[in-house]
Amino acid sequence: MKRHAYFAAGVGAGIPIFLGYLAVSFTFGIMAKNCGLSVFQAVLLSASNLTSAGQFSGLTLITAGAPLAEMAATQFVINLRYCLMSCSLSQKIDEKTPFFHRFFMAYGVTDEIFGVSVSREGRLSPFYFYGLVTISAFGWIGGTFLGVVSGSLLPARIVSALSIALYGMFIAIIIPPARSSKVVAGIIMISMLLSLLFTAAPLLKEISSGFRIIILTVVISGAAAFFFPIADSGVEQEELS
Amino acid sequence: MKPSVYAYIAVMAAVTYLIRLLPLTLIRREIKNKFIRSFLYYVPFVTLSVMVFPAILTATSSKCASAAGFAAALILAYCRRSLITVALCASAVVFLIELLPVV
Repeated sequence: MKRHAYFAAGVGAGIPIFLGYLAVSFTFGIMAKNCGLSVFQAVLLSASNLTSAGQFSGLTLITAGAPLAEMAATQFVINLRYCLMSCSLSQKIDEKTPFFHRFFMAYGVTDEIFGVSVSREGRLSPFYFYGLVTISAFGWIGGTFLGVVSGSLLPARIVSALSIALYGMFIAIIIPPARSSKVVAGIIMISMLLSLLFTAAPLLKEISSGFRIIILTVVISGAAAFFFPIADSGVEQEELS
Repeated sequence: MKPSVYAYIAVMAAVTYLIRLLPLTLIRREIKNKFIRSFLYYVPFVTLSVMVFPAILTATSSKCASAAGFAAALILAYCRRSLITVALCASAVVFLIELLPVV
């Protein structure tokens, strides 16, 4: 496959991300405007960060006039999950891929782009990744712009309906491999149940969503790797695709 | 004095970028260790599952609509429909249910 073919494939695969981002960042744009940010500032924030939870919490801190150190610490905690995702992605990139690509690819490691990237069979082409990032960032930045400029352009019903799109996409990524692997199916169920427990149980629910993701990912993936180590044959890689 | 909005944006972008960049650039070789390989193989399933549930139930403006969208997504994903089909059908289900007067 040629570079532009990889890029086009990435753009195509990113359409659900585009739609989901449009809805979420539209809401973000409205909030940014209410917090007193200009169109330029809101768009710059979305373009330079490309992250949802981090930006929403960032707005709160900007409004409160928090110290920069507090901002740094908050972003670190909320976005630390990307560290795990980057570790996982590092194994998906061909060792022969020129090193500088990793500096550009790092910009686009989000929950959704990560999810779609790992669900692709075989090695990850940087150009496929760039295609994904381009259309996703277009949705994220465009939605922010529309939210600030005209908070009523997208009807509330459409925003609400599209807000579930990204979750639907995640489900489409994790469920098919669960059909052919009982271990994966079990892991998905345990992860969801423990996530529910961490959201509802006293004390546990005090843990922020960012840390909840990190704790559960490390504990459950670690236990799974201990009890059900994957073979080296690459069979499992196929399951994921 | 409050820091300027641009200072906040710069700090946010720098911290977020570094978190994403460091593992990608520090882990250049393929990891041979079986435990770590297995661990990284399971990471996406756990991370995405934890993100989906129960957050999906509060993603839209009504819990009933979210639950129906969740169910629709599970069924379609089980039938191996594409990402875009599952995403749009879940959205359509939410849209239709929120049109009902009772919800």
